[in-house]
Amino acid sequence: MTETLTDHPDVEDLGNAGLSMKSGLRRLFGSWRTAGILIPFLILFVVLSIASSPFLHTTNLINILDQQAAVLCIAAAGTLVLVAGGIDLSVGSTYALAGVVAGEVGQHHSVVWAILAGLLVGLVVGLLNGVIVTVFRISPLITTLAMSYIIYGLALKVTNGNLVLTGSIPGFQTFTNSTFLTVPSAVWMAIGVVIVLAVVLSRTTYGRYVVAAGGNAEAARLAGVRVNAIKIITFVISGGAAALGGIIDAGRLGSILSTSGGPSLSFLVLAGIVVGGTSIAGGEGSGWRTALGVLFIALIGNGFNLLGVDPNWQQIVLGLILLVAVGLDMWARRAKA
Amino acid sequence: MSEENLDGAPHRAAGTTGDDLVVTGVSKRFGGVPALQNVSVTIEAGKVHAFIGENGAGKSTLGKIIAGVLAPDEGALTLGGRALHMTSPRDGLTHGIVTIAQELAIVPGLTVADNVFLGAEIATGGFVRRRELRRRFRELAHRTGFELRPETPAAYLSTADKQKVEIMRALSRRASIVVMDEPSAALSSHESKALHDIIRSLAASGTAVILISHFLSEVLSLSDTITTLRDGHLISTVDARGATQESLIVGMLGRSLSATFPEKQFPHDDAPVVLEVANLCAPKVDNCTFSLRRGEILGIAGLVGAGRSELARAIFRDAKVSAGSVRLGGDNLSGHNPHRSIHRGLVMIPESRKELGLMMGRSVRENVSLSRLDLVSRLSWVSRLRERRAVASLMERTTVKAASMSLPATMLSGGNQQKLLFARSMMKTPAVLIADEPTRGVDVGSKRAIYDLLVEMAREGMGIIVISSELEEVLGLAHRVLVMRHGRISAELAGQDISEEAVLEAAFTENSAS
Ligand SMILES: Nc1ncnc2c1ncn2[C@@H]1O[C@H](COP(=O)(O)OP(=O)(O)OP(=O)(O)O)[C@@H](O)[C@H]1O
Ligand SMILES: [Mg+2]
Repeated sequence: MTETLTDHPDVEDLGNAGLSMKSGLRRLFGSWRTAGILIPFLILFVVLSIASSPFLHTTNLINILDQQAAVLCIAAAGTLVLVAGGIDLSVGSTYALAGVVAGEVGQHHSVVWAILAGLLVGLVVGLLNGVIVTVFRISPLITTLAMSYIIYGLALKVTNGNLVLTGSIPGFQTFTNSTFLTVPSAVWMAIGVVIVLAVVLSRTTYGRYVVAAGGNAEAARLAGVRVNAIKIITFVISGGAAALGGIIDAGRLGSILSTSGGPSLSFLVLAGIVVGGTSIAGGEGSGWRTALGVLFIALIGNGFNLLGVDPNWQQIVLGLILLVAVGLDMWARRAKA
Repeated sequence: MSEENLDGAPHRAAGTTGDDLVVTGVSKRFGGVPALQNVSVTIEAGKVHAFIGENGAGKSTLGKIIAGVLAPDEGALTLGGRALHMTSPRDGLTHGIVTIAQELAIVPGLTVADNVFLGAEIATGGFVRRRELRRRFRELAHRTGFELRPETPAAYLSTADKQKVEIMRALSRRASIVVMDEPSAALSSHESKALHDIIRSLAASGTAVILISHFLSEVLSLSDTITTLRDGHLISTVDARGATQESLIVGMLGRSLSATFPEKQFPHDDAPVVLEVANLCAPKVDNCTFSLRRGEILGIAGLVGAGRSELARAIFRDAKVSAGSVRLGGDNLSGHNPHRSIHRGLVMIPESRKELGLMMGRSVRENVSLSRLDLVSRLSWVSRLRERRAVASLMERTTVKAASMSLPATMLSGGNQQKLLFARSMMKTPAVLIADEPTRGVDVGSKRAIYDLLVEMAREGMGIIVISSELEEVLGLAHRVLVMRHGRISAELAGQDISEEAVLEAAFTENSAS
């Protein structure tokens, strides 16, 4: 007989399934989705540690994080967009536009203005995306695809196709490259952004509304969720994060181009989110897993380099991993239905 | 194993009637929790066989096993003496077994006709033969008496119309066994009558009909055999002629039920008005005026399509209102904003739980707390503990039966899904509750629990509007009844005037009451 579990509010998990293997694992990892990325990540980490002695060096590990700082920020924000049922393909161009705008503003004004101008660019792009998607009801795929061309064009205009140097701007490198506990500030910023956005998604009312908007928008609206506002905010966050990513890399690398980032960055971000087990169909996802997904892809790249494997294989392997990740998601949905 | 399917010999294919389907010792568990235990039934050709039981008793599960949608963990099925091994609904179809699911499966992007012939398109060389398809559609429409335009996109259909599409789909398959899971739950009384005629004619033509229903009067008048399930166990299979509502209820609940409806508790004569609707006009709503007092239960009756749900959504400020006003406790509700309505104390339970109510893939807990997360959070931070406590007590109050509150809503039985919406609307006691089809798909015992809940809430001072296609429900609960027709309020009945005849007359006949 199925008892109503109302008397035991604390027993939340599938308690009466007994001590089966499945529920044991579930308790261990929270959900199989987490296990789905955590276990491969740990295996890869251990394998690389054994196979390549430079891998475990602090410098190498910090280097990986430093290179991924921008992608981590953008992907953490992109998770919110995806969970709310949207998609943002404009992040690659926003990254470039914000970077070059910051660089250009920095030539004449202080670094603070440079950074604020870059961030503002991202927030405005995000706001436009959000408004077009919700108010004019144009699909987010098309909206952000179109927007990415527009922004790319703007970035070209701003730079006239020239390289924008940030190394000469006083304070710009301090923003991204100063170290604390041997870890560069770019990494600290990425960690901060990931933690904040992951917590927002999993523990706050806003995060719940994001999930609801992506799970069943109409039902969420009737339940009193301001679905349009919620979705617009996800795009604004995504635009802001893309801008921060562009600024971080402009500072880290000392220069930026209007062609930096672009579609390949947008796709890399999406790949990281999906490998992390966030559903492309919306209504489900986690910022923690996205971070693992991004780092998983980075580890593969790093491993290929260290082991001297033909880098062309890297793309093929990444493609296969993506297919597995999406396949697992489909399987999970079917198992639930 | 399935040698009968492999050889080229003519095996019993779709359309063959005259075989009995025998289910022997079937069990099914979901995640370790038994949904069916050792159930055996025989479905005879040309008979209407009803499955009844409380929400979660296992009726739909048994129906799905018979149709090949679910595979049993134990037990066997035979059709005409041959073992059946089905692993998908498609396998069921090849044996002539068709289901009309409780949760409707309609493709919104396709037209009505395309949905009816989905998976069995009439085509030559990959091209759909439109004219032939339309001809067959007309034939079906004639046979069922359903008035549906074949080219309407299914996305625009009401729940009742979607139901009709599903029924037509089943009929188009020329099934030998049809499983109908609560087919009349979304239909109005005269549409139900048409459905009953269809069921009778199906049985007369040799088809076996499995009818899963919570309407005992429907079950008694239609079926030949009645099987009662309780908590996954078979309680009895009896001849319908010897059964009564009382005997069926005892079988389902394990106890008897004193009365279907609680006693009406009328509001005080001087109870203040909480909701005032004046000259409201919106799509499908034409100049509606009425008021609701504290502690009053107002019923809204009418045919499906009369504009009842549209009126509800206009009051809730979910639809675009073109004229008129809604005042809630003296406050003017304006704009197009359900969020504001909820926070001012006006809550609505929408009519279709799957499309408008629930996030089917999310947990019970998240579904219940969604509307008023602010009550279990501080500075936007959701307190899991407070949330769990609140949800647990609401689940108890609304008698939701679920193995755990972290199960996704899809895994609950239909009636329990409905109760989740009730639980959600009770997170914070509202001033006015609009319940659109509040007991759709809910079993008799829980229906009574919901009625008690409504009466109790009204007694505590809430104003309640109940919209229902079940006339009996409106009559049994409401202190006052509005009858709608073509978007207008065609009659207002109170006191002694409330009767079945009066409501039906106002619903069907043209008059100029307002
Ligand atoms: N896919 C599933 N996963 C897990 N549990 C399930 C699933 N489907 C049904 N159940 C559980 O199995 C039991 C029987 O469900 P079933 O849908 O057969 O009930 P029912 O008799 O049709 O109820 P209702 O009258 O509410 O439709 C319920 O406890 C339900 O929660
Ligand atoms: Mg059912």
